[in-house]
Amino acid sequence: MFFLVRVLPGNPFDTEAAVSPEVRAHLNSRYHLDQPLLTQYLIYLKSLGGGDLGTSYRYQDQNVMDIISEALPVTLKLGLLSLIFSFSLGIPLGLVAAQFHNRWQDRVAMFVAVLGDCMPTFLLAPVLILVFSFYLDILPPALWESPKYYILPVVSLGIKPTAILARLIRSSALDILESDFIRTARAKGASEKRILFHHVLRNCLIPILGVSGTLVAHILSGSFIVELLFAVPGLGHYLIESVIDRDYPLVMSLALWYAVVLSLSQLVMDCLSSFADPRIKPS
Amino acid sequence: MKNKWALAGGGFLVLICLVGIFAPLLAPYSYKAQDMDHILNTPNSKFWFGTDGLGRDLFSRILYGARVSMAVGLISSSISLFFGTLYGLIAGYFGNKIEVVLMRTVDLFQSIPALVLMILVSVVFNACRFFEGSELLRDTLGMILALSLMGWVGVARLVRSQVLQVKELPFIEAARATGASDIVIMLRHILPQLSGSLIVMLTHLVPNQILFESFLSFIGLGLQPPYSSWGVLANEGWRSFRTFPHLILFPGIAIFLTMLASQFFGDGLRDELTS
Repeated sequence: MFFLVRVLPGNPFDTEAAVSPEVRAHLNSRYHLDQPLLTQYLIYLKSLGGGDLGTSYRYQDQNVMDIISEALPVTLKLGLLSLIFSFSLGIPLGLVAAQFHNRWQDRVAMFVAVLGDCMPTFLLAPVLILVFSFYLDILPPALWESPKYYILPVVSLGIKPTAILARLIRSSALDILESDFIRTARAKGASEKRILFHHVLRNCLIPILGVSGTLVAHILSGSFIVELLFAVPGLGHYLIESVIDRDYPLVMSLALWYAVVLSLSQLVMDCLSSFADPRIKPS
Repeated sequence: MKNKWALAGGGFLVLICLVGIFAPLLAPYSYKAQDMDHILNTPNSKFWFGTDGLGRDLFSRILYGARVSMAVGLISSSISLFFGTLYGLIAGYFGNKIEVVLMRTVDLFQSIPALVLMILVSVVFNACRFFEGSELLRDTLGMILALSLMGWVGVARLVRSQVLQVKELPFIEAARATGASDIVIMLRHILPQLSGSLIVMLTHLVPNQILFESFLSFIGLGLQPPYSSWGVLANEGWRSFRTFPHLILFPGIAIFLTMLASQFFGDGLRDELTS
């Protein structure tokens, strides 16, 4: 990834037109841009090992770490809220659909799920903004200041994971409802409510955890567009700007952070699934 | 009931492909023709979907956009499918150390969010100044490259897991006993077993690639105006959607309908092929 970024022709200081050659040489040497690529890479690895992600070229004298520590919580909050949103909507939707299999409740739930799955963010977001901010005037159309501002971005980001979850839960719940232990539970006189929450939901846990990695990946990728659409000052916003500005340290560290967040969340999911089902052993 | 929907979805996809191919014949105006007397018109009888800020007919631009979006989606999906299948076949069939090395590489690709990798690749490709003469060709190829680099990963994983199952079946052992070489077993005996799931995979891959294409163009890294793709149109529409919502709604609906059609078509196909 380091080399990929550096291969880019063009130098971050090219654009500052009225810079004398001496000043440019000084800038280049300060950021080691005059060294061969491999040396640059070694210098980068060394400072990375020391926990130093470098200084942004563009945001003068701002450490990359400062930018990230400002933007990361925003992106994490947006992502986590969307995840919570999709769980709290997707799971009931899937359970209802399975419980009323092939009845109108099932049809409505699956209709919503298919719509949510196919809806591109840049169709949903404008529609939400138009309806809730302009016609009804009850929610702010952009920015990230108080919980009121969170609603529209979270819904736009969470709708796709919701749809994926609902369909997954429905199909696994249908499988589980046909298994022997459900018949046993019914024979023992357990109420439908107890069967659904106690027996079915518990056994849905494994497929839910299994798909959670994909959901997190969806949310991370989707957060770029949502942050752009709603002017949310998160990582994605900075990443797109820094790619265009050739701000190497910032691009590198942001891409690194995305990879770290994704890998960590997948690790957590793996641990959780071996905790939920002891038959799955962490390798 | 289900099959009717699948047929409708498939029909719609064919329609979109035809529209893309014959866009110059079908479109009432050119994608870059400006009519300065009709700027930012709302939909009317002369301009069915209205006009944009430069007086270009949105309906024509959507027809031309179908061409780029479908071409990029189909080509990058085919490339992903080809390399992913080859990769998964090799990894699954040979096993052992080859498999470990190959699948770790796949894990590496998967640890980077799709959009981050695509952004980096398309930026590098665009900056490399290939094809100076034709920006359309350069941007399109850049996007196809970026999308293919992402797409093959999922295919490779799926193919590998299926190969692991298929290669334990008795007829593979029989083929080996008759002295068939590895290549013959892989291509003549294992590959045909996977064809069903590969077709289903393709119906999921294409709409995803179309969506990612529009993401790239939307953030300004894909095709550049005056050329038209659904992402470019969404990007242009986004800037003034508060006053002229039709500019973003129509391209958005085009993508939405394509995704919906692929979904129905793919589900129907899966039911047909697996039952």
